[in-house]
Amino acid sequence: MDVNYSKEGRLLTLRLTEEIDQHTADKIRMQIDNEITRYSPKNVVFDFKDISFMDSSGIGMVLGRYKLTKMIGGNFEIINVGNRLKRIFDMSGVSRIIDIKEEEINEGVI
Amino acid sequence: MKGLYDNEMKLEFVSKTSNEAFARITVAAFVSQLDPTIDELSDIKTAVSEAVTNSIIHGYGDEDGIVKVEAKIFKNTVEIIITDNGKGIENVEMAMKPLYTSKPDLERSGMGFTIMESFMDETKVESALGFGTKVTLRKTIEEPKKEEIELNDNDIDEEGMNQEMQA
Repeated sequence: MDVNYSKEGRLLTLRLTEEIDQHTADKIRMQIDNEITRYSPKNVVFDFKDISFMDSSGIGMVLGRYKLTKMIGGNFEIINVGNRLKRIFDMSGVSRIIDIKEEEINEGVI
Repeated sequence: MKGLYDNEMKLEFVSKTSNEAFARITVAAFVSQLDPTIDELSDIKTAVSEAVTNSIIHGYGDEDGIVKVEAKIFKNTVEIIITDNGKGIENVEMAMKPLYTSKPDLERSGMGFTIMESFMDETKVESALGFGTKVTLRKTIEEPKKEEIELNDNDIDEEGMNQEMQA
């Protein structure tokens, strides 16, 4: 799994690709944290458009990056989640804490 | 010899997280013979991924062990059994509560069993401390609606006529 980073001013967008499970989450966690700490963005956007699978490991991975972003004083949001991911984020209460951009919900594959 | 089930398979692998994808994809390929929808297949893949990850992370932790996955088909119901011989769960009822996790340091969300329960028709967890854990998941694949698979005779005739006219 790869993460594509794009930086525009103080906005850091991370486009996650392929599948998120415990194995891939462990691999990208540190890399994303380094990027956030180094860049110190005002806004962090997680784009799920290219994610084809996610289990509950994704919840912890997202919450962890959310906490780090808040700690450095940034805003955090999620875009392009499909109905299945939305269901997982709703179930776990993630949607109550993190902004999931509603108008782009159906863009995601799953 | 004729078994109780219409079809069965068994998979064993070392408890490495890199095998999570292998396990869920293999089960999905096996279930495909029931002609599930993409949603049903995703439900099964997610639930299997949760159970297998639990065995690897919680059952065995830093130790290497063997995770066993069996899948059985009877009519249009699939039963998937995930077994480990790891350390077992002290309190199954508590472990199954949403958001409960014994490993918050690993960013585990405590949603694994909740996801299994909501994506599958039946989730059963049996565990013995020091001996391991067995998770049984069951799901019935809905038959496609009859009108969707029946060919409409009128459409075929029309198409045939159009082709004739074009010729």
